Amino acid sequence: MSDIKFTIDGKACTAKNGQTIVEAAKKSRIYIPVLCHFDGLKPAGTCRICTVKVGGRFMAACTTPVTEGMVVENDTPELQEMRKQIIEMLFVEGNHMCPMCEKSGNCELQALGYRYKMMVPRFPYLWPKRSVIADTPKIYLDRNRCVQCLRCVRDVKTSDGKNVFGVTMRGGKAIISIDKKLAAALSEEAALKAMNQCPVGCILRKEIGYKIPIGQRKFDTKPIGSELEGK
Amino acid sequence: MSKPVVATASLAGCFGCHMSILDIDDRILKLIELVEFNKSPIDDIKTFTKQCDIGILEGGCCNSENVHVLKDFRKNCKILISLGECAIMGGVPAMRNGIPIKDCLQEAYLDGPTVDTNTDKIIPNDEELPMILDKVYPCHEIVKVDYFIPGCAPRADLIWEALVALVTGSELKLPYEVFKFD
Repeated sequence: MSDIKFTIDGKACTAKNGQTIVEAAKKSRIYIPVLCHFDGLKPAGTCRICTVKVGGRFMAACTTPVTEGMVVENDTPELQEMRKQIIEMLFVEGNHMCPMCEKSGNCELQALGYRYKMMVPRFPYLWPKRSVIADTPKIYLDRNRCVQCLRCVRDVKTSDGKNVFGVTMRGGKAIISIDKKLAAALSEEAALKAMNQCPVGCILRKEIGYKIPIGQRKFDTKPIGSELEGK
Repeated sequence: MSKPVVATASLAGCFGCHMSILDIDDRILKLIELVEFNKSPIDDIKTFTKQCDIGILEGGCCNSENVHVLKDFRKNCKILISLGECAIMGGVPAMRNGIPIKDCLQEAYLDGPTVDTNTDKIIPNDEELPMILDKVYPCHEIVKVDYFIPGCAPRADLIWEALVALVTGSELKLPYEVFKFD
């Protein structure tokens, strides 16, 4: 089957049948920010940071498959502003304290804050009451920082396919929970993967917090997405 | 034309942001050519002696005294700047938000593992002491704040660039390396 032709901000792009806008944009080296999406995972469309405009309508680029002749708006002032607002909302609806977070510099939410130049959230801080689970070996869970992207729930599994993380409760009360027994049995690589799968500092591998010092971390010198854009 | 007048204060902060102001090194000589300092811990002027142009605030509000100083700054300064994460979102002191105030005081003065001299088991409650607030508030949730300089502490280069841009009316350069939340 031949490639599907479409445009992003006027630039001609191609996609394979069934590819989403995010996947196809990546091939054309166009950055569409994602937070809940992770390469190789079935998209969930929970965070909306990838919102683009298709035919005048707002769509989540991580869940929307490309169709022939589709006209996608991505890097427009309107969408940039909308994404900035989403980032600000995520910051106020949790307890995101970058100065005392081990993930600072490697955090995708923070990196998006840098990319969209968030000086201060325009919304009032909600200071929700969230709990920390620290009595598990290898991993600890700080729900203050969770953005409920569900990347851990969807991807972190034991060798025999059991979920290590799950969602407890629903709606505004939804929290991520951890199966302590399964977490204890995670291999070294799997525990590290769980930490890296978390876009924020909610899931952390114990004992290695500051192995890479602040200043030398993933997003300390280069903006998120700059790799893809080749800048 | 007279030089713009700058005032600074540290509310519920650690003085790290003020240290970062001093971290502009020898540019401080250029700074005193550009501006005049009024109420500030840097020159130890304790009260406003005139109307100021720029007020720089470090730290959020954790007690009634912080609120008083902040409102005083709003009254006496044309432009207010929140400097650093504590002023912007509460920072480390705001980690107590979500914990009942009674539990905080009890832990600090009665039950904490390092409390051993408080033999009378007193939680300080003198009327001279500022009243502690129910939670720590960022400055802009108390008064209108005009500009924000993030960082913990904000990088000296960012503070310098921001002040120069503001005083000279030039556009702020915001290099990626200095714009940080940590």
